[in-house]
Amino acid sequence: MPPPQTADFTQVTLSNVSRHYGRRRALSQANLVLSAGEIIGLLGPNGAGKSTLLGVLSTLAEPSGGEVRYGDRTARQGGAPLRAQIGFLSHELQLYPELTARENLEFFAGLYGLDHPAERAREALVLASLSGRADDVVEGFSRGMRQRLALERALLHGPRLVLFDEPFTGLDEASCGALVTRLEQLRAAGSIVVVATHDLDIVDPILDRAILLRSGRLRELGQTGSLRARYRAALAETPPRRRRGIAPAAPGPQGGEAGT
Amino acid sequence: MRRFLQVAWLVVRKDLRVESRNKEMLLTTLFFAASCVLVFSFGFVRGGEAIDGSASGVLWITIAFSGTLALGRAFERERHHDALRGLLLAPADRPAIYVGKLLGVLLLLAFVEALVVVMVAFLFRAPLFRHGWWLLTLLSLGTIGFASVGTLFSAMLLRTRSRAVLLPVLLYPVTIPVLIMGVSGTFALVQPEPDLALARLWASMLVFFDVVFLTLALWTFEPVMTE
Repeated sequence: MPPPQTADFTQVTLSNVSRHYGRRRALSQANLVLSAGEIIGLLGPNGAGKSTLLGVLSTLAEPSGGEVRYGDRTARQGGAPLRAQIGFLSHELQLYPELTARENLEFFAGLYGLDHPAERAREALVLASLSGRADDVVEGFSRGMRQRLALERALLHGPRLVLFDEPFTGLDEASCGALVTRLEQLRAAGSIVVVATHDLDIVDPILDRAILLRSGRLRELGQTGSLRARYRAALAETPPRRRRGIAPAAPGPQGGEAGT
Repeated sequence: MRRFLQVAWLVVRKDLRVESRNKEMLLTTLFFAASCVLVFSFGFVRGGEAIDGSASGVLWITIAFSGTLALGRAFERERHHDALRGLLLAPADRPAIYVGKLLGVLLLLAFVEALVVVMVAFLFRAPLFRHGWWLLTLLSLGTIGFASVGTLFSAMLLRTRSRAVLLPVLLYPVTIPVLIMGVSGTFALVQPEPDLALARLWASMLVFFDVVFLTLALWTFEPVMTE
């Protein structure tokens, strides 16, 4: 039977996913289920493995062990049609500073094989509130303007799995509000949204679930109290793994790995 | 196939657009190539006469050196701001991205070679234009072989810290046969009695190497770029 052309993004499932960089274990036996129409917060101190997890989810990095399934398919089985439904805004903005905002968007619209790339770019510029600067090179933009442009670049193709790595960096209050609204729109449209962030107060009202990642291990936060309080409590209960050598993966003190 | 070519064209056009704005690779490579030929001419030309065979050697070694410089920068703009991840996440054939990058390097080297050929012909009094089409064939085939491996290695080394050192260390041992064939073929053309049969032989061998190198590069680009 020929494989389907579009991947099923009702659920994305990580089963015992590990990722090593030499002797360093960035992800350890991670189990997690992400469902359509939810916003998941990925929290953790610097170097906890958040970017690694997003890299694995985006298909850019292969797990060293375990597997990630998008519906019933792995990244390898899904190939390009699967990648066509993933949007990734990383901490680095994946823009070409020598090109104008319009050229950046048209280039990526072309790469994604979208119809009428010029029209799509124009719409994205409106959403990024950059219509007036469309033909200026990105080099001259402020961090906030670049961030808004990169956000629209990542969402240009209407992805079903949207991954954000520190999306609020450099945004002013109004832009943060606009981004929060955008995240809610993505959830309403049935996308899976994963946000790795340290801006706990901004995301607290919109998260459906929050997951702590520390020393490569996942742990779901409880539902009671503010996100900041839950995060601090979970951090206190989850000591960092010892740095020398590879420590064995062990469940956390309150039930261990996250998952549903 | 149409989509493949479309993606390759998008990547080339983007690279040309960026290069037309900052001219970083073009100016650096042209300046380096011109300096190379000039310095060699002081060593190999005495009393207006070049040492026998030196013109073809200088031509190809300059192409190799300046080509390495260009290749070292080919993926740099993808590394800045992590643009490479944006490219790799797109639902495009990854070999098409490789072909786009390769074509960009080839276009740049074509500019450099135009300057180098004129300079070598003038400073070494070499009859490079006597069989211009044959020289163009050898240069095209040799450059494709050299750049196809170099573009792959440049991509491979993108995430390594000492990529500037590693690129020539990896590139030259693999591409030495291509350079030797280029030098030998060119030498056959610039002799007082040009040996077109020998030039044809070297050109055929270059075709063989090009096919092998390009096939291997297209085959390995996707696994090489997966983290």
